[in-house]
Amino acid sequence: MGPPDILFYVFAIATLVFGALVVANPFSRNPVTSAMFLVLTIISMAGLFVLLHAFFLAAVQVVVYAGAVMVLFLFVIMLLDLKEEDQRKIKKTGLVAGLVSVGAIVAIFIRSLLASAPSRDLAAPQLEGSTFALGKLLFTDYLLPFEIVSILLLVAMVGVILLSKKDLK
Amino acid sequence: MNVGLEHYLVVSALLFALGLFGVITRRNLLVLYMSLELMLNSANLALVSFSRFNDNLNGQVMVFFIITVAAAEVAVGLALIVALYRKRRSAHVEDLTSMKL
Repeated sequence: MGPPDILFYVFAIATLVFGALVVANPFSRNPVTSAMFLVLTIISMAGLFVLLHAFFLAAVQVVVYAGAVMVLFLFVIMLLDLKEEDQRKIKKTGLVAGLVSVGAIVAIFIRSLLASAPSRDLAAPQLEGSTFALGKLLFTDYLLPFEIVSILLLVAMVGVILLSKKDLK
Repeated sequence: MNVGLEHYLVVSALLFALGLFGVITRRNLLVLYMSLELMLNSANLALVSFSRFNDNLNGQVMVFFIITVAAAEVAVGLALIVALYRKRRSAHVEDLTSMKL
């Protein structure tokens, strides 16, 4: 077991523990704590991306998710000023439904993983998700989707401005 | 035991399950939204690991697009939550049961 394998376990456990603290923090039901743990989840997941040699995506993950998206979340949390949310109880029926459906989906995942062919021990993969390789692909094969996504971002921007106007008609 | 594709897929599956659990049990609209992000991220992790172990970069381009669309989706969704909060003074799903504003 080399250093990358140890790092995998470190980042995997960090991702899962922080992810669990996002959805069910025993100490605080405050959305701000959830948001901060989501940032930590995303950063440890960027570590996993680095271990998978997806360097560009790891950077994008940190910059876009941990940076832009989470700042947006925190802005909205501060804007809404949710005080009485902490006192609400979690319903028993919701908890049971959640546990049952999560158990079902985990069972499906594990069964399908066990049913799939065991990984042939290939030689170490050579793929490098560098900015150069990804950018080349993005501007050749994926040029049209890339342009469409830019239009999508424009539409989203206009929509957000319209939605956040004071007198929503 | 060397870390292979399965290890990453197990992490991804567990993270997806955590996100689903949050979506079903939590009642705060914002935490619900964060759980959705968790699920999207688990799909990203699965795509990147498949891409790595199949020596194919297309999966990573897909993840790039997913991150872009997720950013747009978060912006629109949060604007909707803010607009809803202005009308109803609540960001709690149990208070938001009627369609009419």
